[in-house]
Formats: sequence, structure tokens, C-alpha cells
Amino acid sequence: MTLSVSDLAVHYRTTRGDVRALDGVSFGVADREIMGLVGESGSGKTTLGKSLIRLDSRMRHVGGTVTLDGRELPIGDDRAMNSFRFAEVSIVPQYAMSALNPTRKIGRMVRELVESRKIRFASVRAELDRRLDLVGLDRAVLDRYPLELSGGMKQRMVMVISTLLNPALLIADEVTSALDVSTQRAVAQALVGFRDHDLVRSMIVITHDFSLVYQMADTITVMYAGRLAEKAATETIVTTPRHPYTQQLISALPEVGVRYGGKRLSGIPGTPPSLLDPPPGCRFRDRCPLAFAKCVEEPPFVEVGPDHFAACWKAQ
Amino acid sequence: MTTVNPADPTEPAASSMPPGEPPPATVPGVATVHGVPVRREALYFARRNKKLVGGLAVVLAFLALALVGPLFVADDPLAYVGPPAQPPSGTYWLGTTTFGQDVFAQFVHGLRATFLVGIVGALIAGVLGMVVGFTAGYRGGAVDEILTMVTNVVLVLPVLAVLMIIAAYLQVRNVAVQAVIIGLFSWPWVARAVRAQTFSLRSREFVDLAKLSGAPVRRIIFTEIAPNMASYLFMVFILLFGGAVLFAATLDVIGLGPTDGISLGLMLNHAKQWSAMNLGMWWWFIPPGLAITTVVGAFYIMNVGLDEVFNPKLREM
Amino acid sequence: MLKLDGVSKTYRVGAFGRRSMTAVRDVDLELRPGEVVSLIGESGSGKSTIGRLILRLIVPTSGEITFGGSDVAALRGGDLKEYYRHVQGVFQDPFSSYNPVFRAERVLHMIRPAYFPGVSDADWQVKVEESLSAVSLNPGDVLGKYAHQLSGGQLQRMLIARALLLDVRLLVADEVISMLDASTRIDVLNLLADLKERGLAVLFITHDLSLGNYLSDRTVILRRGSVVERGATGKVFGDPQHPYTRMLLSSVPRLGQRWSELPAESYAGECRYHQRFPDGGPGLAQVDDDHFVACFKLHEGRTV
Repeated sequence: MTLSVSDLAVHYRTTRGDVRALDGVSFGVADREIMGLVGESGSGKTTLGKSLIRLDSRMRHVGGTVTLDGRELPIGDDRAMNSFRFAEVSIVPQYAMSALNPTRKIGRMVRELVESRKIRFASVRAELDRRLDLVGLDRAVLDRYPLELSGGMKQRMVMVISTLLNPALLIADEVTSALDVSTQRAVAQALVGFRDHDLVRSMIVITHDFSLVYQMADTITVMYAGRLAEKAATETIVTTPRHPYTQQLISALPEVGVRYGGKRLSGIPGTPPSLLDPPPGCRFRDRCPLAFAKCVEEPPFVEVGPDHFAACWKAQ
Repeated sequence: MTTVNPADPTEPAASSMPPGEPPPATVPGVATVHGVPVRREALYFARRNKKLVGGLAVVLAFLALALVGPLFVADDPLAYVGPPAQPPSGTYWLGTTTFGQDVFAQFVHGLRATFLVGIVGALIAGVLGMVVGFTAGYRGGAVDEILTMVTNVVLVLPVLAVLMIIAAYLQVRNVAVQAVIIGLFSWPWVARAVRAQTFSLRSREFVDLAKLSGAPVRRIIFTEIAPNMASYLFMVFILLFGGAVLFAATLDVIGLGPTDGISLGLMLNHAKQWSAMNLGMWWWFIPPGLAITTVVGAFYIMNVGLDEVFNPKLREM
Repeated sequence: MLKLDGVSKTYRVGAFGRRSMTAVRDVDLELRPGEVVSLIGESGSGKSTIGRLILRLIVPTSGEITFGGSDVAALRGGDLKEYYRHVQGVFQDPFSSYNPVFRAERVLHMIRPAYFPGVSDADWQVKVEESLSAVSLNPGDVLGKYAHQLSGGQLQRMLIARALLLDVRLLVADEVISMLDASTRIDVLNLLADLKERGLAVLFITHDLSLGNYLSDRTVILRRGSVVERGATGKVFGDPQHPYTRMLLSSVPRLGQRWSELPAESYAGECRYHQRFPDGGPGLAQVDDDHFVACFKLHEGRTV
């Protein structure tokens, strides 16, 4: 499977005008690639994830195209996307654990979901069992109500359900944020296992946690204020980040072993710009220690090294 | 040092969605925390909401009629002023009753009485319900158990049976008594709703912070919790008005209403007693019936509109 | 300064309160002036409960909490008010800590009637501006605004400023940065560290080990309401004894090191606690200077 996103722009309608959540984003995801999408709040990463499957009615697709395996995805049309959802492109949404209907037993819910796609439940039953084993869930889980499961179990259940029809692309949006650190590891590794076992072809993992995505992804894309800042293979971006935002983000991470007395970390002063009326040029300009005159012109997202893209005049 | 974008001080902060945490549960009817300023957005949507504006217009029209109407007619709506059983004409806009009473005079006086009962009854029920609800919700524990039990008992009391007993003992009943009775029977649902909302609000961290600032309990309820429910409390009162009017009319129609004076329900009662329907005197029972239905309906529609205004998830953008 | 002695907190749950749930079990803890102690635990560990117990928002079912020698649970009225002059809290969700109906600065003004009754308006304004500057906030940026107009980092700092207005000696910071963005977290952390230099003690409650490691002098690891390991931060993180601590450390995603590269989680050796106390008993066993550990089998068998 190959995903190709070209100049995608998505806005949100509000009473005060359009919030330009995604403003001209272009990138590609190769077959069997796990791409990590990292950004802070307001960066547009969740919008990007949701726009690929069109799950939020407040979004307005304003421009750009998304091509999956050569076919264009009708991301502007809610109805047309319906046939792609769950089967070709699937999502494990944020707060997925709250997505389970508390009044339904889990097995019944899966049955209803599968039969809504005109597939007989009995035919997927064996596969479902196999996947439950894969993620470490007991088959008895199907007979329980969501209330009886822990957060990590619910999360894994939602992951199994979302991938039941072997989608080509899986979007995992902050799937481990609300979990304990030990559960987080189990869930993250289960997710990677989906790709390794060919249950999904490629994955986009959206998170704010840089260290987590380092563990899981083949490539990492960093977003800032609705635009892409940098994209490269995981090791590359961590050892030689070229965009100042990425550099500062990495240096702001406290690691086990780093103590205040030893090395004082520093954050990034300032706040991201308003997306209602963003400033022209590079959006990181106001907070960038390397900003200079040319930054009032928007830097293009270009290749600065082998398979390494960055949107910065200084990186080129 | 962090700085805020000075371009638009009222814009929502870009980081309005914290990373990776479930959003705080929004209580239905309470304006959301994240996003645009509460009151301004409420007013913006209020003006545009057809149900709210329409319903309010109807209610205000009837209210105006109730306030102004009695000034244009004779003081005593029960006086025998004209020929009996006349259909609407130039002199008697809504015709006359079997006894020659002016139906229009009765109508406008009755409207006034109905509104009065509605307001007073709603106030009593509202205040009572809120006191019980806030106390039970905030205190919890034994106090909550007792108050909830009282609430449930009043809720299941057979209203009609109790009222008939009261009617048997009180020979003379007036509008005030009726309003009190309505108030005393209408408060339980308010108490339950307020209690539920108080429960969810009292575990919010700003209440903890108020405790850490040395604020006494009463101040916490009034200044921290209640304002957050303001929109909901507003809706509660609207519903109570509508409910009280309907309740009063119901009592009047079945004969448990005030023994003196006139109200819309009493008009219906009289009309029924004197076979207005069989005699085809539509002008006697249709106006009051229609008025009650319209006013109460308008209140409820206003309420639906208000719910849309306050709860962003219901809005059609 | 603040001491927890065998503190337990049990809740009644279920219909008619038939069952009980123990949130905190027999915890000993001591906080000294000018010291940052991290209280690390996952969900259900009881760390927030301990924070609330210290802040006297709830009272212990057994055991004693003393501040400067006096029992915290017994404080009432004026004494409680004095306690809050010295002990304050900052919570996890900045947007939930601010009443959305009022302006953000109200959190600063709401302590005025109880604690600064005689102060004139002009003096009060000066105090407010001073405490805002002490947390590196520009008064012009944050005064007069509503909570939703400010960022999470600014809101948390304002809450710290509020605590500084009083004569606070202990700050209970309950997951104060978990809802902040990566770029602002460090600033708030550095602020807490700076305040430590000024003699303030901080109880830093978190589930994030790297944060605890960055900031604290001593660390306490909690599991299911009991302390499993505690001691100087360098020792607990550098030479973790308890299997639970090791499991936590190995699960933390680190930049530059894949999970599979880290050493094995389980401890093959003997339970250090039972080496010292073969017959069992309460409390922790000392394994090193300022490093204590509980029985290795304490609350074993977590379900995920």
C-alpha cells in the first residue's frame, strides 16, 4: 500500500472565521512503514489523522488530495468515505476506551459492526480469536461488558476491532496517552506487532510523546502549527535533527538519568501562533533562535538529506 | 517567559486541547469550559435560535395581553353584562357565556391569574428544589441519603388523592394557596437534577482550590458551583413555569382550583359544566384551551432552544 | 516538617457501602524543608490520595499526619486556615482548577479575604505583581484574562504564584505538568526547582519517572497503596532493588534506546526484605544509606 498526500488543507469552521488547522501538507507513507506523527497541541496532527478518514463533521476539506494505492480518497465527502472506512483506512481514535458502548457486551458489538459491513460474523470469528491471542487478551473478553475491563484491555480491544478487516492503513491517535507506563509498553508493542504480522500494511501513529514514537516508528514526522516541520527515518531525526523546532523539542525532553543539578533543560519560550489568522512565512519564526530575514517567506518542505525533509531555510 | 499573542486577546488559546487526556466531562446544559467566552457565545446563538426566539415571542405576546388586557375590560369578569350564549361579535370579541358573561373579559383576567400562579408556583418549587439539591449534592453522606429519601417520597405521592383531601378541608381556596400547592409538588425533579450536577461539579478542582483558600461552604456553593449551573438553572425555571401553568389548569378543570376568581382552567371547567361543547359554544372553551396549550408549548419549545444554545454539541453549525 | 506515620485510607464502596477499598495502606513518609520528594506510582497507586490527605481534603482512616508536630486531621477552623497558609496544592488539569465563570486572576484574589484582610488595594496589587514576576509571568499578559485565553503553562504558574503569596512551606504538586505541552513542561519544572532553592519543599506526584528523576532529591515508589521502594533519587533510579521499580524503569520509553535493548526486568535474586526480616513485618528494609525497599512480593500479580 502506498499513501500519498499532496498539499492537503483542512479548516474548521468557528463563529470567528476559519481555523486553518492543516495548511498545505504533503508527504508519503510507504508499504509496511510505521510513520510517527509528533506535535504539540494545536499542531494539526489529530486533524491530519482524522481528515484521512473523515470522521469529524466540523472539518472542511479546503484543498489538496489524498491517494491510496493510486486511487483518490474522497475525503471531502462523508458518504463516499464510508466504503473506505474500516476496510481500507481504519482509525483507533483518541479516548478509544470511551468508544465502547457500555451497554453492550463486547462480542455483540463486534458482531453488529462486522455485519453492518455485510460480512457474516461466523466467518471472522476464527480470525478474531487469533487476534485476541496476539494482543494478549483472553477470549472470554467477548462475553464481558466494557465496564469490567481495565483501560489497557479496552484499548487493545478497540485496536483489534479497528483492524479486523485488515485495513491497508491504520491511524492510531494518541492510543496510549491515558495508560500507565507498563501498559503503554504492552499496547505499543502490540500495535507494532499488527504490522509485523501483516494485519495492517502501514500505520500512522499520532502522539505528543517523542520517546514513545522513537520506540515504535520507522520514520518520524514533526508537525508545527498546521504544517510539517521535518520528516526523516527515526534514527536520523533523533541523531541529526535539522529543523530548529525538532532540535529544541528533543533537548527539552527529560530522560531518566538526567537531573536538574547536572544539566538544566530549557523549554521553548512563547506559544504557537493562532491558526485563525496565522502570520505569513515560517510559523515557528517568533520562537526560533535561528530566525533571520528570509523567514518571512514560507520555507518549502524539501529534501535536505537522503529521505530527510525539513521546512527551514537554515536547514538547506 | 511565555507571552500571549497580543493580536486578539479574546481568541481561544491554541493549546486548548491538552495532550492525551480525556476532556473534562461536560455537564449537559453547562456551557463548555474550553473555547470561546461563555456569555458572548451564548448570546450569539440565542439570537439565532428559531425555537428560542419563536417561543419567547409567543410567551411575551400572551404576557402582554395578560398585563394590558384587563385594563380594557370591566373589572369583574364574572359580572352578567350581556345577552347569554352569544357568538363572537363586535361588542363581545369572544362572545358570552350561558349566563351572559363576557368571555373575553374572563379570558384576559384568567390569563393574568394563570401567569401569576405559574410564576409563584415555579418560584416556590425552584427555590425548594435548589436548596434541597445543592445541600444533598454538596454534603453527600447521611444528609444526602435523608434528603433523597424525602425527595423520592414526595415524588411518588399520589397528587390527586392528596389534593382532594386538601380540598375537602379547605373550604375556601385562592390563587395563593394553589400556587403553594403547585410549588410543593413540583420541586422533586429539580432537586434531583441539581443534586446530580452538584455532585459532578464538586469534585472539580476549582472547588478544591476554594477549600484550600479558606472559603466557607456556603460561599463555595454560591460562588463556585451555582454560577457554573446558571444556564441549567435558567432552563429549570422555564420548565417550571410551563409545568406550573399546566398543573394549575389541570387542577382548575377537574374542580380543585380556586373557589373564587377566574382562570383559564376555570373557564374550561365552567364550559364543561354548562355543556358548552354540546351546545356548540366553541368560543367559550376553545380560546382558553388553545391559550393554555400554546403558552405551555411555547415554554417547552423555548427550553429545547435553550438547550441547543447552551450545549454546543446540539447545535447545527 | 511534615510526617506521615502508618497512614491508611479506606473507602466504602458498593451498594450500602458493603465492600471496602483501601487506597493507601500503612504509608510512612517524611518531608523536610527545601527538599523535593517525588511520589511515583501508576493509576490506582494511591498517590493522589496521599496528596489529598496531606492537603486535608480528606482524612486518614488510621495513622497520623503531623505538621510541625501537630496532627493535621484534628485541625479545625482558624488552625486549618493557618495550615493552608503553609501548605498548598496545585492540581493536574489547569483548566479544571479555574472556575470558568470568572477571570483567571481570581485565584489570586480569593485568598485575600481570609489571609490578607487589612491590606490596602494598592499594596495588594503590588504583592500580586511581585508573586507573578516570581514565577516568570508578565502581569500585563495574564491579568484581566479568562482561563481559556491563557495557556496551560501560564495557568499552572499562576497557581504556583498563588501559593507563593501565602507563606507556603510545602507545595503538593499533583501531576501538574502532565497536561502541558513538552515545550512548556520544562519551564514549570525549572520553576519548581528554583523555588526549592528558596527553601520550599515540594511533594511532586507523578506517574512519569523521567520527570521525577529530573527534579527530585528523594523518590518514593508506590504500588497499590503501599510504598515498595524509597530513598535518594540517584540510588532508587541507579540501583533499583524492587522488581516493580525495575519493571517501571524498563517500560519508560527512552530516546536513543529501544525497549528491546534494555536489560531484563525481573530480579532473579532473593527478596531483599526477607533477607533482613525473615519473618516478615511492617515497614521497609534498609539496603543502603537512604535506600529502603519492601518485600518483593508486595501486591504481586498486577492485571493490565
